[in-house]
Amino acid sequence: MSQPLSLAAVVLVCVTTLVVGGFGLRLSRRTSDFYVAGRTVSPRLNASAIGGEYLSAASFLGVAGLVYGSGVEMLWIPVGYTLGYLVLLVMVAAPMRRSGAYTLPDFAEARLGSRAVRVVSSVLVVAIGWLYLVPQFQGAGLTLTLVTGAPPWVGGLVVMVVIALAVGAGGMRSITFVQAVQYWVKLTALAVPAFVLLFLWFRAGQPAPVVPPSWHEPLSNGSPDDHAVYRTASTVLALSLGTMGLPHVLVRYYTNPDGVGARRTTVTVLALLGMFYLLPPVYGALGRVVFPTLPDGVREDSIVLRLPGATLDGLGADLLSAMLAGGAFAAFLSTASGLAVSVTGVIDQEVLRPRLARITGGDATSILGFRYAAVLAVLLPYVLSRAIEPLGLATTVGLAFAVAAATFAPLIILGVWWRRLSTVGALAGVVVGAVTTTVALGTTMVRGDLGGWTGALLANPALWAVPLATATAVLVSLATPHRVPVSTARVLVRLHSPERVAPRRTRRD
Amino acid sequence: MTGSFHWPTAVLVAGFGLLLGLAVLLLRRSRGRGFISATDRATYATLHTASLASQHLGDGLTAESAERAGRHLLSILGAHAVSITGGGTCLSWTGAGEHHRRLVEPLVERTMESGRTVAHRADAVACTDPLCPIRVAVTAPLVTDDLVVGTLTAWTENPSPGLTKATEEVAAWVSSQLALAELARTRNRVMEAELRALRAQISPHFIYNSLAAIASFVRTDPDRARELLLDFADFTRYALRTGGTFTTLAEELRNVERYLVLEQARFGDRLGVSLLVAPEVLPVSLPYLAVQPLVENAVRHGLAGKEGPGRVTITATDLGTEAEIAVEDDGVGTDPETVRAVLDGASTRDSVGLGNVDARLRQVYGDEFGLVVDTAPGAGTKVTFRVPKFAPGVHAQDRGWS
Repeated sequence: MSQPLSLAAVVLVCVTTLVVGGFGLRLSRRTSDFYVAGRTVSPRLNASAIGGEYLSAASFLGVAGLVYGSGVEMLWIPVGYTLGYLVLLVMVAAPMRRSGAYTLPDFAEARLGSRAVRVVSSVLVVAIGWLYLVPQFQGAGLTLTLVTGAPPWVGGLVVMVVIALAVGAGGMRSITFVQAVQYWVKLTALAVPAFVLLFLWFRAGQPAPVVPPSWHEPLSNGSPDDHAVYRTASTVLALSLGTMGLPHVLVRYYTNPDGVGARRTTVTVLALLGMFYLLPPVYGALGRVVFPTLPDGVREDSIVLRLPGATLDGLGADLLSAMLAGGAFAAFLSTASGLAVSVTGVIDQEVLRPRLARITGGDATSILGFRYAAVLAVLLPYVLSRAIEPLGLATTVGLAFAVAAATFAPLIILGVWWRRLSTVGALAGVVVGAVTTTVALGTTMVRGDLGGWTGALLANPALWAVPLATATAVLVSLATPHRVPVSTARVLVRLHSPERVAPRRTRRD
Repeated sequence: MTGSFHWPTAVLVAGFGLLLGLAVLLLRRSRGRGFISATDRATYATLHTASLASQHLGDGLTAESAERAGRHLLSILGAHAVSITGGGTCLSWTGAGEHHRRLVEPLVERTMESGRTVAHRADAVACTDPLCPIRVAVTAPLVTDDLVVGTLTAWTENPSPGLTKATEEVAAWVSSQLALAELARTRNRVMEAELRALRAQISPHFIYNSLAAIASFVRTDPDRARELLLDFADFTRYALRTGGTFTTLAEELRNVERYLVLEQARFGDRLGVSLLVAPEVLPVSLPYLAVQPLVENAVRHGLAGKEGPGRVTITATDLGTEAEIAVEDDGVGTDPETVRAVLDGASTRDSVGLGNVDARLRQVYGDEFGLVVDTAPGAGTKVTFRVPKFAPGVHAQDRGWS
């Protein structure tokens, strides 16, 4: 199946990304007038940028695929994706901004003053970034195969090369405005076809989707051996706590001028995500109307892209398909570039730059190191995306969330809210969380779902791994009170006191 | 079992392989040391211990540093205990027989007065505990700037001329380390004094010129004159504020704008200004008065001497984990050698600003974060520096003062 319009849309999105990468700096606002300092990034713009970077292949294609396949209980997944920002808003956003940290390792160092915790956090940032990049590459392969009939490795390769070039050129570093536009591009690309399809559905007399009863009854799916309640609860916990540990989300908070700005941004993100996540279930349900059963050799994740072709024909179908394919590629590229920039930054700063400086005696330019790091950052997840059996986009993203939830969430929440956290305790908690989730998910990835309680516990480890990691951190901290950093009180005061303690003037006085 | 994967075997094989690799690595490392004679090894060990001790002495003579350095000094001297005094009190006792600690202060008085090494015999130490290994002691003075600031005493069982000599030498070495610490403190004090000077150094010319320019508008354009006066007031308040070593780039740029408004009032159309600022880097923390002196330098040394209109361009770029800030003018430029002399602190020219900003950036962020100056006579000047977005201990204070 070859669709020239869709191909054109994909090429357009890729070229735009490359051009923005190459000429990114020119896009910064040039002002010859004064008062530039007042033009900090507004919470609304920053929130759009966070949304643009956050909505990945999993949201654009994966959620609809899951709803199509497993029914309404999968509606918990978009809820979980959004809930993460509520947790962020209530517990983390403002203190994190006030800590002055740019990355998660920075926060660990600012709060605990420990080199060891910093190194472990850096390793985790790279691991989570890589795990999150894998489904982006897989999604790109899937889309390109559908659009041009090319083998699945081509799409991932295209995205990898585009990202490596754009990031290596240095242009994709936090261009807030471009990422903000990406959100609206994705929303439009998903919303317009959705409304057209809905309109056609109404005109056709609103045929009901042909589904088994378990589809519209949540948590009644399959045998009792599936432990659907446990799995759903664990997934929601992973998604809601994992958001704060995603490397590409946190760096955006640095752009906010202060803690209040960080909170406002988060509220806006909640609204934007809420709006976006109304759409994927529409595709899932309409998919059931058009395809009562999944055609042979078709993955659930591709349901969004197949819908226009199945309901319309002629130019209309081509246009809508092109829109969705372009939007999907925008989703892969923006998320992947955000992740790649974060991972590249860590590899460059912690690993390559010190080594390069020593090997070349300080002759290597910092740009060279950054470029090597950019290639390293995307190459490994690409290989991984080819090596592991495609698990379904939203499921693979869920794995990254689970690791983040069991490692960074306890570190950040205890770091922000508990004054007796010791360096050793934090380290122990992070290591326990990392080891347990990695072993559980690695087993699931290699051997598939084992079924029964073993399978449920290994495939969805968040519900036991997060409490375990937290308990480890708390108990070890209590056992090592002499390793509580001396600066704890000072740092916590800074994290929790508002920047401006200005008395508000009321009309009466 | 064909085609399937025996899990426990795989784990076992992987674990075994890992262990083997580790063993090979360890073996190679231990071989890599090569052959070293016993004397050499002793020398290296002593030098290593000395370098460990010197790390602790970097803060000068305090109870904490004496306590930490004492452990290493004890292993160098090979005595039973070592005590260090400073400022007339005993700062630390390392080793056995701590009940002698109260003896230290009266015992070292002679050394403090005379500045000479004194060996104390058993009757002076006077220990009644038959199990205590400490019978004799040697006290040597710690001297900085010809002043006895403290003493080092080695306590042991038998008197020996070797110990006396060793104590004297170690005390001399500790003295030199203390002198280095003193030097570092002095350097910090100089830096602070320079920052104060920089604050007070809003040049008389600038004040005079600004006031004269404002005066010229009082009749023709009273509103503008009022605006300028307010800018002048805000500028001086920022530049003269006390407390707070760091500020945000937004705050610093705001002050640069005030400065440029005042300079434009004087230069008129001759001074053009371009700002190219990525909004993402505005919240970055950086040392207070890091940009303004560079802009002032560009205006005073770059553009003032130039005929016709000139332009100052201020750029702030996002580099991911760092921000890059550049101040460029298309003025007369300078000889690179002159700039090098200014940055080395060898020149007494009146651009304290450049050298001071460079020194403060290096002090806060490390040597790789100094100023980079591109210039040549007639070719303008570009001064660039980078600031990490996060550095431990760097926090903008007093953000909302205005």
